[in-house]
Amino acid sequence: MRRAPPQSYPGINLGQDHASADKFAEVVTFGFWVFLMSDLVYFGLMFAIYITMIDAQAGGPGPHDLFDLKSIFAQTIILLTSSLTVGLAMLALKYNLPRVRIVFWFGVTLILGLTFLVLEIRDFMAMADKGGVPQRSGFLSAYYGLVPLHGLHVAAGCLWLIVLGIQLRIMGLTDLLMSRVVRLALFWHFLDLIWIGIITIVYFGGLSYG
Amino acid sequence: MTSTGSGFFGRLSWDAFPVSGLIENPSANEIVANAAAAIVVIGVIVVVGLLTCFRLWGPLWRDWLTSVDHKKIGIMYIVFAIVMLARGVLEGVAMRAQQAAGPGDGFLEAEHFAELFSTHGTIMIFFVAVPFVFGVANFLIPLMIGARDVAFPRMNQIGLGLTVSAGMMLMVSLVVGEFSTGGWTAYPPFTGAAFNPGVGPDYWIWAIVVSGVGTTLTGINFAVTIYKLRAPGMKFMRLPMYCWTIISSSILIIFAMPPLGVAALLLAADRYLDFHFFTNDLGGNMMNYANLFWLFGHPEVYLLVLPAYGVYSEIFATFSAKRLYGYNSLVIATMCIAVLSFTVWLHHFFTMGQSALINAVFGIATMLIAIPTGVKVYDWMATLYRGRIRFSVPMLYSLSFLMLFVIGGLSGVILANPTVDYQVHNTLFLVAHFHNVLLPGVLFGMLAAYNYWFPKAFGFRLNEFWGRVSVLCWTVGFLLTFMPLYFVGLMGMPRRSFSYSDPSFQPFMVVAIIGALIITCGLFSVLIQLWVSIRDRDKSRVPVGDPWDGRTLEWSIPSPPPPYNFAVIPQVGDRDDFAAAKRRGVAYPTPDAYEDIDVPRNTGIGFILCVLSGIWMFALVWWIWWLVIFTTILMILALIVWSFDTNNEITIPAEEVRKDHEAWLGLVHSTVAVDRDHEVVSENKGLARPDMEAAV
Repeated sequence: MRRAPPQSYPGINLGQDHASADKFAEVVTFGFWVFLMSDLVYFGLMFAIYITMIDAQAGGPGPHDLFDLKSIFAQTIILLTSSLTVGLAMLALKYNLPRVRIVFWFGVTLILGLTFLVLEIRDFMAMADKGGVPQRSGFLSAYYGLVPLHGLHVAAGCLWLIVLGIQLRIMGLTDLLMSRVVRLALFWHFLDLIWIGIITIVYFGGLSYG
Repeated sequence: MTSTGSGFFGRLSWDAFPVSGLIENPSANEIVANAAAAIVVIGVIVVVGLLTCFRLWGPLWRDWLTSVDHKKIGIMYIVFAIVMLARGVLEGVAMRAQQAAGPGDGFLEAEHFAELFSTHGTIMIFFVAVPFVFGVANFLIPLMIGARDVAFPRMNQIGLGLTVSAGMMLMVSLVVGEFSTGGWTAYPPFTGAAFNPGVGPDYWIWAIVVSGVGTTLTGINFAVTIYKLRAPGMKFMRLPMYCWTIISSSILIIFAMPPLGVAALLLAADRYLDFHFFTNDLGGNMMNYANLFWLFGHPEVYLLVLPAYGVYSEIFATFSAKRLYGYNSLVIATMCIAVLSFTVWLHHFFTMGQSALINAVFGIATMLIAIPTGVKVYDWMATLYRGRIRFSVPMLYSLSFLMLFVIGGLSGVILANPTVDYQVHNTLFLVAHFHNVLLPGVLFGMLAAYNYWFPKAFGFRLNEFWGRVSVLCWTVGFLLTFMPLYFVGLMGMPRRSFSYSDPSFQPFMVVAIIGALIITCGLFSVLIQLWVSIRDRDKSRVPVGDPWDGRTLEWSIPSPPPPYNFAVIPQVGDRDDFAAAKRRGVAYPTPDAYEDIDVPRNTGIGFILCVLSGIWMFALVWWIWWLVIFTTILMILALIVWSFDTNNEITIPAEEVRKDHEAWLGLVHSTVAVDRDHEVVSENKGLARPDMEAAV
């Protein structure tokens, strides 16, 4: 059996074909993992706040009044698909496919990300129509502290996709940009991971508890 | 310009400037407030004037503000910390003076006194201890592990910029508006919009958020640097003890800064957007805040004190001329403390309604921390035992620490018992306790580090006499200021009280103000020491770079070090590699070959973000919404534009490295080595005769 080559960092590595970029990416990607770990603590605390405040509805609308699982299902499918497409961009990089492939998959990911955001904002507006605004209760404050924080991360990821796509077009596949693709892919998968937590704890947890 | 914040300047108006109060209602309180504001304004004018007068703007910009050299960033952190230290100490003196004035109302108003203890705590923790620790670590880490720079030199500069701009907010709050009256912990609902609609808590929130981002970036940077950039052969168990403490601190930062960011941002959501996280009504729950804050707050004190432990470990070893005793146990103890520090946060609010069982669990966890700390104290004492001890300034600070810190630690064990805590919580006993660990623990450590590594940074030693004076002043001043507080605390005097009615407290308070004045003398002797040392620098130069017979890699290079630190990356074969090399007579080797060295190019991004984030915070505090949006967009744009700049390294040719290094090696061979009895006289050019190894 062939032994897998040693990895510089967890996740998809750039591999043997990109030796100098792989060496460069080792330090920065490790640093990015550390950053994600720190960011994860932010979300972990917001989850904890949400759980402690699920009862703090103060007579206002609760999960059953507000959550629309059809829309959540659509958002989940879209976000999971976008994780696949950003993974395809990463594989295109690893296996030296034409650069346009990377940019193409970036474009698809961007469209999926923006669609997700549109659906999410539509959800918020529908909730607000039913009186579900953050000023109404501690429970709603906790909801709006957590879910839009994830949305903000998705928006930041979209901006990053645009900027990095332009940079790839202008500058080509330099070591620095390759390591940025690795990090962006990690970030995007991280967003998916958080979303899994959100549907489990915020939506399913909220509906089954309340 | 209305107070509702609808105008061009938000809610900023003439009333926000303290001078308006002086004109309308002259009193001692107003005079103190205006004097403080005036010091800030005059300080800025003097600095600007001096820079202009000596035509230093260009060098300042080129050599410092845009520099990404970790050594210069470290020095800038320390300068910032000392400026803020001066303000923090003076605020402490003002509070002591108020209480020494005796029963009755003193000369400060209650609100003003509350601002003083809020800014004093916020400044001392976030803008003195943190930047001092980071400054020393920034300077030392790459030198100690044999690296040419930190892992993320540009991010390092951004971290400095954010820390400084947040600190500047506290200075601005003296001149425009007022600071929070909610203490450094800013507990809601008191700091919520319902009870505190003014700008004070907002200054606190944004200073904390922005400096927290800077701190997190720096923590990531240190951790990655030590994990990934160690010189070949520098295995983990060969790392200097100081680097171990920085790893632990970085881990604490990475996991403990998010709770603070969450706490402050949720408080901001309550205040700005009418959310209900911590309000009294509609389901808010302030206990979430207390938990979040101390989930950060307790690891915070260890992330400050662990690097000081690292400094003491290096100093005890060097000035005893011995290997550090019990290295392995110190490493394990450090990591134990790092882990345990996350398990004790609840002891900060034993009295806030948990069950006895929960209090007992956290009380026991708290007492457990005394075990690894005790291991450390015994290891340090065993390092001293049979050492050839020199009582130079860093050693004096360290010895003072060793004795005083044990008292502080033991009073902590007393407080860890929930039943005792019910009696003394919120009294000056607690204030005495945490000053007893933070002053001798963190501050003495940083001052010792400053004295110990100053010759490495600038190429000349600090004045020994004024150093001793400052040790004496800090030690005696500390004892006189804070020992009486243990007593009045046990007598029941609450902390943070601007007046009291029991006359039996007053004698203790008078002793405390005398102590506070002696501490002020200590602060001034640090400044005089610096002045005298710069004046006499030609007599104390140590260009060879090893004035103390040091043990770790940073002493094996010139003082001050070249921009690339190491002409040739060292091959490490031992713990205390440089000491081992000196013992074997193979220190200062002549390299076989040199290579081109890439160093990061200067950039203005840190300074730009410093200025923009400063304006952003100010606009948020004063509800100047158009400016908030404008600066937010500018900051994002600056980062994007900057990310297009990939030409960020310059190459120093091998020939230049060779020339400089050979000149220095020539100096090494032509310098007369001195033994340890002569290390504080001008014959000490930085070449040590290792005459004391027999003592091992």
